[in-house]
Amino acid sequence: MNVLELKHAKKAFDGVLVLKDIDMHVAEGEVVSIIGPSGSGKSTLLRCCTFLETLDDGSLSYGGREVISSQNGKAVYGSKQQQKEAMGNFGLVFQNFNLFPHYSVLKNIMDAPVSVQKRNPKEVETEARALLNKMGLGDKADAYPYQLSGGQQQRVSIARALAMRPKILFFDEPTSALDPELTLEILKVIKELAEEKMTMVIVTHEMNFARDVSNRMIFMDKGVIVEETTPEELFKSENERTREFLGKYHDLS
Amino acid sequence: MSLQMIIAQLGQGMMTTISIFLLTLLFSLPLGLIVAFGRMSKNKIIQGIVRVYISIMRGTPLMLQLLVVYFGPYYLFGISISSAYRGYAVIIAFALNYAAYFAEIYRSGIASMPKGQYEAAKVLGYTKFQTFFKIILPQVIKRILPSVTNEVITLVKDTSLAFSIAYAEMFTQAKALAASQKSMVPFIAAAVFYYVFNAVVAAIMNVVEKKMNYYQ
Repeated sequence: MNVLELKHAKKAFDGVLVLKDIDMHVAEGEVVSIIGPSGSGKSTLLRCCTFLETLDDGSLSYGGREVISSQNGKAVYGSKQQQKEAMGNFGLVFQNFNLFPHYSVLKNIMDAPVSVQKRNPKEVETEARALLNKMGLGDKADAYPYQLSGGQQQRVSIARALAMRPKILFFDEPTSALDPELTLEILKVIKELAEEKMTMVIVTHEMNFARDVSNRMIFMDKGVIVEETTPEELFKSENERTREFLGKYHDLS
Repeated sequence: MSLQMIIAQLGQGMMTTISIFLLTLLFSLPLGLIVAFGRMSKNKIIQGIVRVYISIMRGTPLMLQLLVVYFGPYYLFGISISSAYRGYAVIIAFALNYAAYFAEIYRSGIASMPKGQYEAAKVLGYTKFQTFFKIILPQVIKRILPSVTNEVITLVKDTSLAFSIAYAEMFTQAKALAASQKSMVPFIAAAVFYYVFNAVVAAIMNVVEKKMNYYQ
């Protein structure tokens, strides 16, 4: 069964169509990368899937349960309860981390599982510390975000998302605010998660990484999915726009 | 009259001044938050009313507002004013006035919060209530503390405006004593009192600000 299923997604900002009839599905254990030029709608797509933007039209299901349905050309959102349930399915890692600066690293990770999911604090703490160890930050539990490097902050934010036990994890350009060295740190973590069969959707500009880690790649441009295939196929694509975009990238490297 | 006697006489007024100060903060700080919510409300009517309220509170003298609150019930509705009402009038007028200033401070602090904090909280499933009180407000308080300190220090001095309705706080007592004793000493004692009071307030706020420096 698909963890995520998005159909005929449309979204406009001030009359400008940013998403033009997008279909996307993600199966369990799959890693899907979304690439494309700036302004192609990649981030908007993620933000619509994570309820940070509202769809104009289209339907969205998590784990086969529809939470947004398309009715008469309009997206109709389910009840608050349904939305809450759908939101329990995913985690999102932001470009700018968005850690809570007034909470310690441990509290950043623990607070939502405890105060939102009402889980046992002792149990959550054990899990949070295990996640920190996994991220190589076992000694940073009591630090505050400002004391960490960007790469460390991003790893904490990945741990924070994982602590909610999501069925699917979204990454919105997780390395765009980081220098090349720190970028590697994060890519390594994501790769490890992929090996553990974590279901992930990654919006990224790191082409080599995307090719390396994904089962499937989506190339978006001007609000449409130009191509959607395996990394191998995409990099051999005959499509002119795809070649142009990847070509520019190749020229550079 | 000896200095000790003067200070003893002023003592009662000092306590009254301190209680005006504390009660005003007790009511105006939470009220200011509610006013800030009204000011930021999406409901244009609520927002409009609050805008007018804030502009009147900031645009007219506090002393005048105090007189209106004190004499208003009698002049407007013919309700006779009891002497106990004097104290209430001071607190009502001060709390309403300071709430308007605090509201603008809260509002600027809330507006300065990055959108990412709300988004992170939303994705993690926090309710709007949790998001505000757990994530946003603690950070807002840190940001607005210097402006709040300014207002609080102004409030210490503004308590003397209660003199205008002859409420027996520090300043009223000092003036009466100066007149009856034909002496400057009560005024000097009052000045020292306000100065020390503010020094204490500034020191306390400084400690609070330092406590908040555990994160950036």
